[in-house]
Amino acid sequence: MKTTRRNFLKNAAIGAGTLAAGKASASGPDPLITEVQEWASYTGAGVDETPYGLPIRFEEDVIRRNVEWLTASPISSINFTPIHALDGTITPQGCAFERHHSGAIELSKQDYRLMINGLVDRPLVFTYADLERFPRENHVYFCECAANTGMEWAGAQLNAVQYTHGMIHNMEYTGVPLRLLLAEAGAQIADNLWVYVEGADASSNGRSIPMQKALDDVLVAFKANGEALRMEHGYPVRLVVPGWEGNMWVKWLRRIEVTDAAVESREETSKYTDVLEDGRARKWTWVMDAKSVITSPSPQMPIEHGPGPLVISGLAWSGHGQITRVDVSRDGGVTWEKARLGRRGDSKALTRFYLDTRWDGAPMLLQSRAMDETGYVQPTKHQLRDMRGENSVYHNNCIQTWAVNELGVAENVEVS
Amino acid sequence: MSKSPNIFLPVLGATCIVLGAAYGLSTRTYKAQEAELAGIAAQAAQTRAEASEARVSTLLARLDDVQSKADQAIAIAGSAAGSAPDPAPDFSGGLGLGRAALPEELAAWDVDIMPDGRGLPVGRGDVLTGDELFAEYCASCHGDFAEGVDNWPVLAGGFDTLADVDPVKTVGSYWPYLSTVWDYVHRSMPFGAAQTLTDDEVYAIVAYILYSNDLVEEDFELSHETFSDVAMYNTEGFVVDDRAATEYTVWSAEPCMENCKDRVEITRRASMVNVTPVDDFMHPVMRGDISKQSAVEPSVPRAAQDAMADLVAAGEKVFKKCASCHQVGAGAKNRSGPQLNAVVGRTAGSVEQFRYSKVMAESGLVWDDTTLSGFLENPKGYLKGTKMSFRGLSKEEDRMAVIAYLRTISP
Ligand code: HEC
Ligand code: HEC
Repeated sequence: MKTTRRNFLKNAAIGAGTLAAGKASASGPDPLITEVQEWASYTGAGVDETPYGLPIRFEEDVIRRNVEWLTASPISSINFTPIHALDGTITPQGCAFERHHSGAIELSKQDYRLMINGLVDRPLVFTYADLERFPRENHVYFCECAANTGMEWAGAQLNAVQYTHGMIHNMEYTGVPLRLLLAEAGAQIADNLWVYVEGADASSNGRSIPMQKALDDVLVAFKANGEALRMEHGYPVRLVVPGWEGNMWVKWLRRIEVTDAAVESREETSKYTDVLEDGRARKWTWVMDAKSVITSPSPQMPIEHGPGPLVISGLAWSGHGQITRVDVSRDGGVTWEKARLGRRGDSKALTRFYLDTRWDGAPMLLQSRAMDETGYVQPTKHQLRDMRGENSVYHNNCIQTWAVNELGVAENVEVS
Repeated sequence: MSKSPNIFLPVLGATCIVLGAAYGLSTRTYKAQEAELAGIAAQAAQTRAEASEARVSTLLARLDDVQSKADQAIAIAGSAAGSAPDPAPDFSGGLGLGRAALPEELAAWDVDIMPDGRGLPVGRGDVLTGDELFAEYCASCHGDFAEGVDNWPVLAGGFDTLADVDPVKTVGSYWPYLSTVWDYVHRSMPFGAAQTLTDDEVYAIVAYILYSNDLVEEDFELSHETFSDVAMYNTEGFVVDDRAATEYTVWSAEPCMENCKDRVEITRRASMVNVTPVDDFMHPVMRGDISKQSAVEPSVPRAAQDAMADLVAAGEKVFKKCASCHQVGAGAKNRSGPQLNAVVGRTAGSVEQFRYSKVMAESGLVWDDTTLSGFLENPKGYLKGTKMSFRGLSKEEDRMAVIAYLRTISP
């Protein structure tokens, strides 16, 4: 084991038997209160000790994680956001999941070029500085990989919400509406035209986006959560395609081409298509349907405090717009109660929900069910399988079940 | 090939193509079914207005003139609910930004191939040449016969498995268009040396992949001319997203809230497959047999126990550097340094009959992980004037190890 300060201290504490959880007992005065602690006496870190700060070391476990057996190489792979440990809705960039097809590249603003060509009056080349001179907008959107929860199609498999639902992040983007760049180049505008977008990395990931979406809400983004994009998320410029599958959010965006047909690139034929029961496959399944999951309690977040007040919390989102309601069941879907939404009105963005309740210490089968502004209700796994069969990988937005035992330990399960 | 996105994007159905509507507020946010939201938001706006008329009117004054008063009220309500901001303005005729793309630049980057073959360069390559090139550039990952090595993608075979539970999706069994193969190999392979193949090499390699899938004969030559002679196996195998018709209509009924099922049974558990990666930083119940664990009193996980033992052993070694001056264990005596039994938790300078330096005796320190680590890293820097003439342990691992070792030594 790699010995770090944190796990040393943690393990040492376990050894000394001081990690006893549960109700704080009044067996004596708490030395943390009665004794002057070093932090109340000595001085702390000075300014500038970390010119760009990282989370305090006690949060060392809140990190992206990867499932090594999924892919042949970390260069073409994915990792997962620690959604179990986050609250609110904004995902910090440093722990937001990564998906690369040829690794994350270092592309400087100076070396950055964006070409726009095809069915346009004026094929143009923009520098990064040019992009900063266009009017820009700010929007919070979720980005979900189409394969999120994909490993769960055939049955409950990974015992952590980070792995079952962590191919998602939610950030505030600053960027130029794609429609402005299209207008700048004098793009032909018609419902049957397409906009093909392509990245600068070696995978040369390219996707075809129908013109109507391109004109609606697609952003050419250069900031996330107020700061420059991270390398792993496409620095200096990525595409933001609200509500649509993450693969279309082309990173290191280098080219935008107006075409008269979909290019049918590898990423929209071989990949990101959904095989149905009879062997046919759906293509162009861009929208991420409404989905939700309880992030705590969950396998990584067991109930440590015993019976009594309990906050059940989770995330809901829909590529069709706003989340209007989330229901929570504690008995595997027999009875449901409405959860409280952390904030309403965010479209194509994560919505936090809470059920503030009391736990009697009995086992629970926890589920959540999202509804969006179109009236769509998140389906069960059975409903999805009945509809599509079991050959699919992508677009699994089924209701998730956590079995919580009387000791507070949660497990990923499927129920009848 | 082209389609009307309307059918598949019900949410965009009402979307205005805003190229002309410069300051039009997005109507998406204010849909009729958002009555609830509007109510909450309007209430919030009203409260705010009452609380500070002056502030609201300044806000209103800042809003663009083209918007009506009603729009302004909605805008405030909208922002109170965290919804869409004002859209960026359009400039008719453009801003004059960017420069014209040169023909050489277009030729370098605009290399994608359309399904009908538009974009293919002039060139050719046959199966046998492709076989050799494939062996040289591709087989290390994809196998000599494109059958895939280890976890790397399989490029051949899998015919008639698409209706199975684990469909084998290859270039042969699944890919609908030949253009995609050419384009992908040309731009993205070989992995780690993309865009290094010549056009003729790509033609030859693609011919070989087709041959591996029994889609062409051994004497086939692929070229910009023969491209359209090749029939792919699964061209008809795709349907355009039909969820709006097949799923959305079914899954939009008012959901059941009570007595929704007769009974519930657990049918599968993740622990039955037990493939979840677990690391040292995860909650202790993530390790071992979940069904036997409690979150309330986490047992010391096996991995942690082993790690602890390793750490103590390492600490014992480090302590050799201290042993010339410090003794530990039964009958430990003061030497040039005080005995260190049960030193963790002890007040500094508290061993009787040891003559400490003034600074140590009066430090008031209690030895714990942090103070020990600080002192041992740089004794004279940490406690100016200490008698301990020891250079210090610069490595954090050594300090942690020796502290772990000292912990094991009771009075
Ligand atoms: C070092 C290993 C490696 C080598 C060498 C390599 N590839 Fe690949 N290939 C990959 C990986 C990894 C992927 C998947 C990339 C991704 O995730 O996007 C892939 C994907 C492919 C695919 C798409 C598979 C699918 O089902 O979508 C094709 C076709 C392909 N490679 C052809 C080739 C050809 C032709 C060559 C030789 C010119 C080659 N590859 C050399 C690793 C390799
Ligand atoms: C060259 C002799 C020498 C060496 C080597 C040495 N020490 Fe010390 N140590 C001392 C002396 C002398 C003191 C008393 C310091 C004072 O009073 O200022 C001391 C004090 C200490 C104390 C404070 C004890 C108390 O009761 O307050 C600790 C803890 C300690 N040493 C640990 C170590 C460890 C661990 C090492 C090896 C990594 C080490 N020392 C190496 C001489 C030494």
